[in-house]
Amino acid sequence: MAPVKVFGSAVFANAARVMACLEEVGLEYEVVEVDYTAKEHKGPQQLSKNPFGQIPAFQDGDTMLFESRAIAKYVLRKYSKPAQVDLLREGNPEEAAMVDVWTEVEAHTYLPAIAPIFYECVVYPARLGTSSNQKVVEESLEKLKKVLDVYEAHLSKNKYLYLAGDFFSFADLNHFPYTFYFMTTSHASLFDSYPSVKAWWGRLMARPSVKKISDGMVLRA
Amino acid sequence: MAMKVYGPAMSTNVARVLVCLEEVGAEYEVVPVDMTTGEHKSPAHDARNPFGQVPAFQDGDLILYESRAISKYILRKGGSDLLRESNLAESAMVDVWLEVESGHFSSTMSPIIFQCLVVPFLGGETDTKIVQENLEKLKTALGVYEARLSRFKYLAGDFVSLADISHFPAAYYLLGGSHASVLDAYPHVKAWLAEVMDRPSVRKVVELMKLPSA
Repeated sequence: MAPVKVFGSAVFANAARVMACLEEVGLEYEVVEVDYTAKEHKGPQQLSKNPFGQIPAFQDGDTMLFESRAIAKYVLRKYSKPAQVDLLREGNPEEAAMVDVWTEVEAHTYLPAIAPIFYECVVYPARLGTSSNQKVVEESLEKLKKVLDVYEAHLSKNKYLYLAGDFFSFADLNHFPYTFYFMTTSHASLFDSYPSVKAWWGRLMARPSVKKISDGMVLRA
Repeated sequence: MAMKVYGPAMSTNVARVLVCLEEVGAEYEVVPVDMTTGEHKSPAHDARNPFGQVPAFQDGDLILYESRAISKYILRKGGSDLLRESNLAESAMVDVWLEVESGHFSSTMSPIIFQCLVVPFLGGETDTKIVQENLEKLKTALGVYEARLSRFKYLAGDFVSLADISHFPAAYYLLGGSHASVLDAYPHVKAWLAEVMDRPSVRKVVELMKLPSA
């Protein structure tokens, strides 16, 4: 049986999201590079895999998927060995709901605050040769501080090790790619003001899956 | 004890939750949250949704927020098949198109709804540049939807799912607003939306969305 394929390398945060899950379940996978600067993701081959021309796409035999969070959930449902990995908690409705809540929060609230800082400080200067738009960076930092206020209260008030409770879950893993990239900017020290958040991030970075994938997340200019 | 939804029915995210409650025939109560007076930022609401948004949801001791998380909880508890979680390939397609709804459809509709409905209501002037930019993004997305719905009856396949129904709140405002004609170029999308809007659960929630207290 051919290994599953991820179209798009780990340098793309949403591809890294999928690969972290593949590592968590210990499944063999193949990475197919997509040349972003050559706009390969908008070419007919890639559009047949991801009709929005985005990265990643995914293939498991006849099953073709796109949207990183959907791909990740499919991987976790199909390939988790229950005794070892249970990141979705679908056997427990309340726990599954908390995983869903914090997965949605990452997508709708955390990512829109933190991602622009990485794009302005690292991506646009590297790819477009522009200097960071300080206004966007400042506004995003203000938004991010308000978001981290809530995360800090949530983690410290409940004394949770992780977002959905005392168990590591899909919700935590979803935060890894863009947080990792944020930590490569000069604003990383922001997390020092949020001790519970910082400790939680330390736990994420200690995971073998996260360490392995983040090693491949080197933005090549 | 009836489940509680905190927030105005006319909010797209509240409406999403209400339609799921209707789908499973659950007993529920809608508790108003007056956003015009900032009630969504009050300490009482903050205890239910620390991001100061609507909806919040309560089932016994369990408090949830984020409409798509709440929706899935309700559908699972009610034994609905709108998630197809007993089938790997089908549930994956439901997830894919739910992500598309969130990331491509509702994300472009939100600024349009805000500019065309909320801003005038608050006494401001619609920013037509924002509306036009998002209409262009919407058309790009609708092109992908048209191709998909030309092949399959519904988004996730030949079965209706939460992925389809999750589009209804933003679609309601699109169909009732001044930009409804954008759909004319996408006949399969238009027909599919008409079918979604015709579901008994959707018709019931649309009535709630129209109430003055909503």
